[in-house]
Amino acid sequence: MNKYTERLYNGIIKENPTMILLLGMCPTLAVSTRAMNGVGMGLSTTAVLILSNLVISLIRKLIPDQVRLPAYIVVVASLVTITELLIEAYLPSLYEALGIYIPLIVVNCIILGRAEAYASKNPPLLSIMDGIGMGLGFTIALTLAGLFRELLGSGTAFGITVLPASVEPIGIFIQPPGAFLIIAVFIAIMNAVGIKTRQRELVEEGCADPVSDNKEGGSAK
Amino acid sequence: MTSLIMIMIGNALIHNVVLNQFLGICSFLGVSKQIKASASLGVAVIFVITIASAVASLLYDYVLAPFGLDFMKTIVFILVIAALVQIVEMFLKKTSPAIYKALGIFLPLITTNCAVLGVALTNVQNGYNLIECIVSGFGTAVGYTIAIVLLASIRTRIREEDLPAPLRGAPIVLIAAALMSIAFMGFAGLSF
Repeated sequence: MNKYTERLYNGIIKENPTMILLLGMCPTLAVSTRAMNGVGMGLSTTAVLILSNLVISLIRKLIPDQVRLPAYIVVVASLVTITELLIEAYLPSLYEALGIYIPLIVVNCIILGRAEAYASKNPPLLSIMDGIGMGLGFTIALTLAGLFRELLGSGTAFGITVLPASVEPIGIFIQPPGAFLIIAVFIAIMNAVGIKTRQRELVEEGCADPVSDNKEGGSAK
Repeated sequence: MTSLIMIMIGNALIHNVVLNQFLGICSFLGVSKQIKASASLGVAVIFVITIASAVASLLYDYVLAPFGLDFMKTIVFILVIAALVQIVEMFLKKTSPAIYKALGIFLPLITTNCAVLGVALTNVQNGYNLIECIVSGFGTAVGYTIAIVLLASIRTRIREEDLPAPLRGAPIVLIAAALMSIAFMGFAGLSF
């Protein structure tokens, strides 16, 4: 496995941002009511992640260390705005379904986290691969969560009825509590089969890591 | 007046920012270990969200909208929020060291709390005026504080329990949040 495919493996399996690192919980919980929403949100985030990794990797030597986080935020926010306008123009139904969560990609910890932890220290090509890996890892996790919630909550998968009519769908799963439950069950299963999540340090610190740096970056201006 | 009360209650209880809108989940799960810390974070969030909603509303009404720069709102708001948190922090440090000491470490956490940006964007989407924005921001932040303090209280109890191994850590916290969310769904019955 060369270092490029290693990035993909790292993002999708080894350090899956949602399942292993427990980052980006807000969109994961919010838009996973249907599998299709998961795919849409995942791919939008992936697009932003790949481009932001590329741009940040290209300008990594030009940004003074003290102001790097405000600079990253501007890059990410611009890319998110472009993505939002494109989705609004070409995929109005997806725009309708995801609503406020599209502009909120800006504050997705995964993106700033990868900028800070990877793209700011590595060459452009590797950073792109890292963005693809992490983005796909996020997309797969979101789609899985969406698939299970849609299946249990409305008896369909990607909009196609799967469960027979005799099986009564459990409505709670497409409502807000279902999101917490599904993710809880996912993590519990992973704990049970012995896949190590890094939830301990990460849940406890929340997204504090990129954030606390952020403050220093800002105050040093 | 009635509409303001409706916005307040709607944002604090019915569409609770954490349990219904899923904004600010990171700090909701991350900081809710101790009741005291959660309450301090809650107060800091109330402070910042209320001011940020007012500033974002003014900026939108008098700068972005008149010049047709609507599409710039995400970039402008996130930068304003980041700067605002800095200013609030410096201001508190100078004027009231006691409050600063209590809130200090939580203020920087708030910049990337998606609830702040989320409220600012939702307010604009709903076409609220300045007063409505402030009330909506305040209500949302109160809802956040209620949720995080409740979760912290539940977690101090969970810690004493003998849980099945796979549920320890994140899963049981998420299940507690799910049950709280079910309880908060009951507020949907509130109507005016």
